[in-house]
Amino acid sequence: MRDDDKPAGFGFETRAVHAGAAPDPTTGARTTPIYQTTAFVFDDVDHAASLFNLQTYGYIYSRLTNPTVSVLEERVSALEGGRGATACASGHAAQMLAFFAFMEPGAEFLASTKLYGGSITQFGRSFKKFDWNVIFVDPDDPENFRRALTPKCRAIFVESLANPGGVVTDLEPVAQIAHAAGIPLLVDNTLASPYLCRPIEWGADIVIHSTTKFLSGHGNSMGGVVVDSGKFDWSQNDKFRSLTEPEPAYHGLRFHETFGDLAYTVAGHALGLRDLGATMAPLNAFLTITGIETLALRMERHCANALAVAQFLEAHPMVKWVSYAGLPSNRYHALAKKYLPKGAGSVFTFGVKGGYEAGVKLVEGCELLSHLANLGDTRSLIIHPASTTHRQLTEEQQIVAGAGPDVVRLSIGIESAADIIADLDQALRQAG
Amino acid sequence: MDHNSYSDQYLRSILASVKTIAMVGASPHWNRPSYFAMKYLQGKGFRVIPVNPRAAGETILGERVYADLAEISEPVDMVDIFRNSEAAGAIVDEAIRIGAKIVWMQLGVRNDAAAARAESAGLRVVMNRCPKIEYSRLHGELAWSGVNTGIISSKRQKRVPR
Repeated sequence: MRDDDKPAGFGFETRAVHAGAAPDPTTGARTTPIYQTTAFVFDDVDHAASLFNLQTYGYIYSRLTNPTVSVLEERVSALEGGRGATACASGHAAQMLAFFAFMEPGAEFLASTKLYGGSITQFGRSFKKFDWNVIFVDPDDPENFRRALTPKCRAIFVESLANPGGVVTDLEPVAQIAHAAGIPLLVDNTLASPYLCRPIEWGADIVIHSTTKFLSGHGNSMGGVVVDSGKFDWSQNDKFRSLTEPEPAYHGLRFHETFGDLAYTVAGHALGLRDLGATMAPLNAFLTITGIETLALRMERHCANALAVAQFLEAHPMVKWVSYAGLPSNRYHALAKKYLPKGAGSVFTFGVKGGYEAGVKLVEGCELLSHLANLGDTRSLIIHPASTTHRQLTEEQQIVAGAGPDVVRLSIGIESAADIIADLDQALRQAG
Repeated sequence: MDHNSYSDQYLRSILASVKTIAMVGASPHWNRPSYFAMKYLQGKGFRVIPVNPRAAGETILGERVYADLAEISEPVDMVDIFRNSEAAGAIVDEAIRIGAKIVWMQLGVRNDAAAARAESAGLRVVMNRCPKIEYSRLHGELAWSGVNTGIISSKRQKRVPR
């Protein structure tokens, strides 16, 4: 129902460069200034009152909103086809913020068993302290979500392209199951980026990113963002009272009634950032905005390089298996062609012959690929999840999450493909 | 007229043509959405006349409250409807009678039959939108809240009065 004729009129690359950023009204500065300030002056007491009451627009304090950060918010929202977005300090903060808007003690949600290990720990352990209770579900059969639903379920959470297993989620039927139950589908789209996949087009209601990865793209700034499609009707049942009932901290204001399809985004700032405090720094927003300008170019090269490396590894004598959805042999290839038609991303795993020890040796033997716990960098990265990112999980959880003892994860960068392949080849020979 | 989607140009020309708005369903309670919208629009230089039979004779944000549109003695450019979709029908007919040029129905309010009557009487119609949100979207302020405004421009924004 909303006026989105204009965004549809601009191409993805145009939005990646321009959305949210106009020349600075005061100076005419063409790139987005870094508004490195904690607070903003009020014109008078009445102006301050209007701002605190959420009756007018403007900046108060950078914990809530900041002009550099809001450019990033609009830009990611425009790329995902969302109504609005809330940026925050990290991908984990984004997950906390996404749920904080509507969860309450005793509520439950369904989440894929094949999530990034850090998310499994956050949901399974730390969320429990708020009495938010996760039920993990094998996503490979979407019907598993329907079977696991309970009356207390408030959401379904999946990753479009999972880290690290190369699992592609069949978003469309999962969205239908969520909507039939009157709950939103939350999709982490970090590994795909909006260039490869736009979950809202497949029915997702909320999209989450660690902007630390491909959006910022250069391994230099932490961040997260929660994008709202604006399409979910929070008032369709009584499950989402924090958005539909009077909010005491704002003198009885009802967010959904007052702000309509902006309610979730307004609440993300006015309740989420206000009380959780996980704000993104303006400098990080600036670096991320700059990174996004080249997102399309980088993702093309990331995907081309990743496919070349995956094909090389598939034929390598030291390699047991390769889990890259871009390979025709992969079980998720058909889903990848549907949801990620421009490429299956650049993060994937493979199994090295010789198990845990060979994995450690391989990682330590690389000279060009960096051994570190990030992904979505211009640089190629390698890690052995069982000894690092996924070591907090039980071995059983590691295997379910695609991070068993022989698994090596790659995040292929945008260097010359031949150099990445040569480095992996020499390190694999050392490991063997 | 497609009432599922309005061009930016259509909304801009409406907001630029309006000086006086009669707000039907304006609430005297400061935490109600209509109060937000009235206060914001006043700040942008619009004259907003509140209409609410239950608060008739009272004052909201410095303006006397009228019981109905017919009671207003001065010209009204736009009638902004903060009532449910069904109640909007009779208000639209009253808006036509008093010679308003625009009927604007708020977020969640849509009455296609009434819109058709208004359009055949020469009025322009907007439904299921908020003038506060649209004004701020078109003038760059909504972007301050992380909203996807759909506006892309290489021109320096003029500062809008608050």
